Amino acid sequence: MSVPALVEEYSSDNPLVQGYEWLMNPMHWQGPEGIPLRALEHLGYTALTLSIAVAIAVPIGLYVGHTGRGRVVVISLAGVLRALPTLGMLTLFVLLAGLGLMPPIWALVLLAVPPILAGTYAGISAVSKDTVDAARSMGMTEPQILFRVEVPNGLPVILGGFRAGVLQVVATVAVVAYINLGGLGRFLIDGLSVSDYGRVLGGAVVIAALAICLDIVLAGIQRLAVSPGLKAPRRQRGDSPTGRETITAGVQGGNS
Amino acid sequence: MAVSDARISLPDSGTSTPQVDAASAAPAAGSGTRPMIEFNSITKRYLENQPAVENLSMTIDKGAITVFVGPSGCGKTTSLRMINRMVEPTSGTITVDGKDVSTIPAASLRRSMGYVMQSAGLLPHRTVTDNVATVLRLNKVPRAQARHRAEELLDVVGLSARMGKRYPSQLSGGQQQRVGVARALAADPPVLLMDEPFSAVDPVVRAELQQELLRLQRDLAKTIVFVTHDIDEATVLGDKVAVFATGGRLAQYAAAEEILRAPVDDFVANFVGRDRGFRHLAFSTADSVPIHPVRTATESERGQRSAQQSRPPSDAAGWVLAVDDAHRPLGWISPADGSALLPGGSLFHEGQTLRRALDAVLSSPAGLGVAVDDAGSVTGVVKAPEVLAAIENARRQREGGL
Amino acid sequence: MAWLVANFSEVLSLAGLHLYQSVVPLLISVLIAVPLAQLARMNKTLRGLLLSAGSILYTVPSLALFVILPVILGTRILDMANVMVALVIYAVALLLRSTLDALESVDDGIRQAAVAMGYKPFMRFLTVDLPLSVPVLFAGLRVVSVSNISLVSVGALLGIGSLGSLFTDGLKRDFVTEIVIGIIGTLLLALLMDAFLVLAQRLLTPWLRNDGGLTKATAESNSDDEPAVVSA
Repeated sequence: MSVPALVEEYSSDNPLVQGYEWLMNPMHWQGPEGIPLRALEHLGYTALTLSIAVAIAVPIGLYVGHTGRGRVVVISLAGVLRALPTLGMLTLFVLLAGLGLMPPIWALVLLAVPPILAGTYAGISAVSKDTVDAARSMGMTEPQILFRVEVPNGLPVILGGFRAGVLQVVATVAVVAYINLGGLGRFLIDGLSVSDYGRVLGGAVVIAALAICLDIVLAGIQRLAVSPGLKAPRRQRGDSPTGRETITAGVQGGNS
Repeated sequence: MAVSDARISLPDSGTSTPQVDAASAAPAAGSGTRPMIEFNSITKRYLENQPAVENLSMTIDKGAITVFVGPSGCGKTTSLRMINRMVEPTSGTITVDGKDVSTIPAASLRRSMGYVMQSAGLLPHRTVTDNVATVLRLNKVPRAQARHRAEELLDVVGLSARMGKRYPSQLSGGQQQRVGVARALAADPPVLLMDEPFSAVDPVVRAELQQELLRLQRDLAKTIVFVTHDIDEATVLGDKVAVFATGGRLAQYAAAEEILRAPVDDFVANFVGRDRGFRHLAFSTADSVPIHPVRTATESERGQRSAQQSRPPSDAAGWVLAVDDAHRPLGWISPADGSALLPGGSLFHEGQTLRRALDAVLSSPAGLGVAVDDAGSVTGVVKAPEVLAAIENARRQREGGL
Repeated sequence: MAWLVANFSEVLSLAGLHLYQSVVPLLISVLIAVPLAQLARMNKTLRGLLLSAGSILYTVPSLALFVILPVILGTRILDMANVMVALVIYAVALLLRSTLDALESVDDGIRQAAVAMGYKPFMRFLTVDLPLSVPVLFAGLRVVSVSNISLVSVGALLGIGSLGSLFTDGLKRDFVTEIVIGIIGTLLLALLMDAFLVLAQRLLTPWLRNDGGLTKATAESNSDDEPAVVSA
């Protein structure tokens, strides 16, 4: 697709210096192949993937968490999905369905579904049975119990799963550049192909910065969205400075 | 809260709570009571197992406290939960105020009854006020109005308004239970279902909450069904007590006094326990026990005495009761050792039951039960032989009455 | 199928490389994470620092880390070491937290009892704390093992050999079979590793083997009116 611009001129052979110079070059911060637009593309793919994954995983997670039905199926399915190599699915979908936006997006959806599904399911089913029983005894209908009691109380874990999903997708969107899509991964793949390590390193730093910023924003949202009643003293153990819940460690399937 | 000052002398039964009258009335349903809840041949069976509740038929009086009591697995909670359809019976019908509950949609049926559970079951993500307002909000009461009512209710159950802003995890167990009761009362339901509401709090708080419930009930006159495994709690609270046996059988259903006095079978006798004779004393007032004057000494008087190094003049027993300036009891001074202050026993409030009187006598180092008035000032002492005579008297009266 | 038969030895050697690149980081990360977790438990500042650093490193995308590491380590970009060091970083970040949770989940009464019996701190850690935290530690290891095996294939984008090479090669040659075999191979490796870890945990925690009976008993004594006396 895009023909890389002319080969960069660097003042040094040291890749660190090259990366710094590449990042500081104002030419790379403008135009259709500049960092801001690539970052927007990157976020766009991420948002598209997550919308689809949420639309699939959240209803299933809510259903399974609330009713307890299909628990085993969902857990084992999430396990298998997690073990699927995303690069493999990416190449497979492209070969089967051709180039274009959607085949790689579907491969990314497969990656995002397990943490979101597991987080939603775990969040809902971790709500104390007594609390649910009390809600029912007060005359809440099942949808009211789900949305007014179970979701707000499971929110820390649900959002933890969502955060894990976002991280994985942001990381893996970098890989889709390999099959001719945009996003920040372009800098890595194109830079490698012409041995422009300044661009590779600069691009990597931008991707890492984007992922870290996004995670911080999500952590902030998580903090605001969760009822203060769920963070009240009581148990101090396992309180992490970053606010990431213990359970998410099990929910996460690593980066890719 | 109103009863906190009565901590050392929490009565096993209120001074003259209505249950005494109800208890002394004939055990058969009196003419004044109306049925509110009726179980008609209710059986509940889980899967293939033996029934949790078997062929239960009983009538629960309107405006009274009915206690379901029994060991684990006796079906008392299951029976309670069938009233608001948290559990559906396998066969039989339950009517509330004449209506078959199975014809009322479960959610609206539950909104029409208050429910208090062992763990309080407060919603952790909502403030105390919003917890209390939950049912009102479900009934589409405007938010401001619901909150206002919730704040009133916090006051009713003895919590300050500023508690309303807190979250459940910031409250003590006793406070949580109070919020649970306030929440159940919010929609002013005629029926209150209480599932072991006080069993998770410590004994002192539990006794407080029991007294508070009796106080509330005097004003509200709800139909309360109360589940507990504690026979003491059952006899303190219950106008009528239903003893359930393992396997879901209703073993005895009668006034608390009668359960203690005349258990129908070995199961009930065993369950009520070895102390049932003693517990039964809680149903007779000790008005007939004479109160005798006692030698008292304030702190300054005691100081003088030790300064004089003189032994106290020996009266009948030689014991002197140390009191503070408001004449409240501090402890006993033994005739053998005039300087040491021995801690006193339980206190007997005037107008309380024979059980309290006897306990005051037995727990006192002097063998004299200290009687106090409502303000806590010493009015005199009761003596063991006279308490025993009163007990014997009460028994004779009961026999004569039967 | 015919392709697999013809190229079996090559697929097998790629699988071997794949396994090597995922297992070695797993082992190294345990050796790093467990002592770090113990240190973090003793010092609150260190604990906050390590956990923050861990979660930031965990956020860095793998492809980015794969290309940044050679610059920092001075390795060549095609070196397997880059992938392995990156995987160690992710694994330590994840294991640190779960090991910390595991160590903290050890009942303080048990720890006190060990002290009372005269255990010195290091012996107590090795013989009491560590064994009791094995179940949680292994739960973390299983997550790491699956994610490692999936991540190793990304190295193929840089030309580092693994089952991932079948994906890049298959795409280049427009050959679906090769990709499918790569995917199945990766799944099999993940499954194999998981089975191995489950087995290892069972061997290491003989006291948990009859846990079925224990949890059942507590579940039954839980509720009052649930069909209580079901068993027998």
